[in-house]
Amino acid sequence: MLYREAGQFSSHYAEDRRIFRLRQDRLGLVFLLVFAFILIPWLGNDYWFSAILIPFLVLSLAGLGLNLLTGYAGQLSLGSAAFMAVGAFATYNFELRLPGLPLLVSFVLGGLVAALVALVFGLPSLRIKGFYLIVSTLAAQFFVPWALTKFSWFSNDSASGVISAPKLEVLGISFDTPAGRYLLTLTVVVALFGLAHNLVRSELGRHWMAVRDMDTAAAVIGIPLFKTKLLAFAISGFFLGIAGALWAFTYLGTVEPQGFDLNRSFQILFIIIIGGLGSILGNFLGAAFMVLFPLLLSNLASLLPQGLIDAGQLEHLQKIIFGALIIIFLIKEPEGLARLWQRLRAQARIWPLRH
Amino acid sequence: MDFFFEVLIGGLLAGVMYSLIAIGFVLIYKASGVFNFAQGAMVLFAALTFVSLLERGVPFLLAFLVTLAAMILLALLIERAVLRPLVNRSPITLFMATLGLSYMIEGFAQMLWGTQVHGLDLGVSDEPLEVGGLLLSRFDLFAAATAAVLVAVLSVLFNKTRMGLSLRAVADDPLAALSLGIRLQRIWAVVWAVAGFVGLVAGLLWGARLGVQFSLSLVVLKALPVLIIGGFTSIGGAIVGGLIVGAAEKLAEVYLGPLVGGGIENWFPYGLALLFLLVRPAGLFGERAIERV
Repeated sequence: MLYREAGQFSSHYAEDRRIFRLRQDRLGLVFLLVFAFILIPWLGNDYWFSAILIPFLVLSLAGLGLNLLTGYAGQLSLGSAAFMAVGAFATYNFELRLPGLPLLVSFVLGGLVAALVALVFGLPSLRIKGFYLIVSTLAAQFFVPWALTKFSWFSNDSASGVISAPKLEVLGISFDTPAGRYLLTLTVVVALFGLAHNLVRSELGRHWMAVRDMDTAAAVIGIPLFKTKLLAFAISGFFLGIAGALWAFTYLGTVEPQGFDLNRSFQILFIIIIGGLGSILGNFLGAAFMVLFPLLLSNLASLLPQGLIDAGQLEHLQKIIFGALIIIFLIKEPEGLARLWQRLRAQARIWPLRH
Repeated sequence: MDFFFEVLIGGLLAGVMYSLIAIGFVLIYKASGVFNFAQGAMVLFAALTFVSLLERGVPFLLAFLVTLAAMILLALLIERAVLRPLVNRSPITLFMATLGLSYMIEGFAQMLWGTQVHGLDLGVSDEPLEVGGLLLSRFDLFAAATAAVLVAVLSVLFNKTRMGLSLRAVADDPLAALSLGIRLQRIWAVVWAVAGFVGLVAGLLWGARLGVQFSLSLVVLKALPVLIIGGFTSIGGAIVGGLIVGAAEKLAEVYLGPLVGGGIENWFPYGLALLFLLVRPAGLFGERAIERV
């Protein structure tokens, strides 16, 4: 009853092709945007902005970047953090070396540089696939932080390669407060999610899915494999690069190359496994889980009697539970949290009846 | 020139250590098609368990046997709880499951035995030994001999025993092996247990070299280029790949490193592996997959 599509007819092709064909979806989206853009900045406090909402948004974006590559185009990558690092350092250098360049433009330029680097490391993807491809992305993961630390030009000769955020200013309006940084991040993330949502429905997105499902068959029906795979790497790199710049400048403020290590890549991979491979919504769900779960666990631990679990043990426990959850999700729900949402929607459609 | 040979042979011997890790991968990949990222965590778990038992006053041999039993138990658990429910799923899914597994094993090992660094003394000193005018590490020679013995034992196991015959049958064609009445699940458990044993040996050698600590589980990242160069399905390939990576890494560090400021040993093997891949996508000794639609 709540989610009925009955009575909603499309009278033009344009209406039939729109992203959210159902009125409920459109209303839900508008409600969500109003909530995120107006209510949260009004109601939230600094702790929520800086420690929960901003990392959640940035990790969603990073998850989206990897999901385009792994979930849609089927190319496994363990180098996400490297491309984030490239985006962050490139954005920093554009701001530094070209004074007066608008912030959003340098975000885009940083993303483009990350796309270029991702393209280079994606080049072997035509010759090799599956596990062998991990090597190419791991090469990126080890090479990029090394290069960023070794050549101090990238960090403007600062000690140990630390870079700090430029002034966060768009069109003369400062976004330096926690709420401002949240709004800036939110705007960029929403725009890029809109772009990605369109992209995966486009010809390119369908090519990606064909390549993912069976690349030999895709080649046989005339899909240009090399171009499709390379575009997946480049576009994924673009999204990850912007996520990296946001991570460095709106979330952390200062960052060093070692902040983008292999563990960050794993974290992003876990986001898309838990959230759902090949799903746009799943990135949000996975990122929310990734941000909230450690908080939940430490809160639970503090309820226990003092001294039963110390901080070190808690970290190990968290690792064990994460590992177990990955395995459980892969066994029980390979499509992740996004699939649970689909089930909920299907139920809302027939509620209060059962069939 | 002597210096060059010293670096070369030092690198080759260090490469043997990489091969030890890589052999564990190859065993599992051959028999179950799983790229086992948790091999490094298994190495850590084995070394940590062994050294903790040793520190609690358990004699060397008993500690070795108890650790071996723990590794076999772990293999049985993994087969039951992870591999069996995931049978017939895509290789990428299985890979991600082993990623989760490595988190679990690492967390568990450190929760059980703590995070401090343990020293491990195998009774072999690391002092240099002069062989034919070249200075070689005694420990490296010992490690190479251990690896040789291990490979000999494995090849006897594979070629002369009934279990080895079934293992090879499964590696060759799982479906045909199943229809002959070979129990796939038991084979998997055995292979993971053998990989656990290889992990234990590798853990002892690496632990004696680096100290038993968390970074042991990162040696898995060193073994990856070895596998790529040697091919995922060949034990001989793992050895040759290890030698190539070890030698190339040391030579590059000595002759190429100073040109770019050093510290290149982290990514150099990967670059090398990529070059090999462009020429031989299945590695030196890997089987070329034939694709059908």
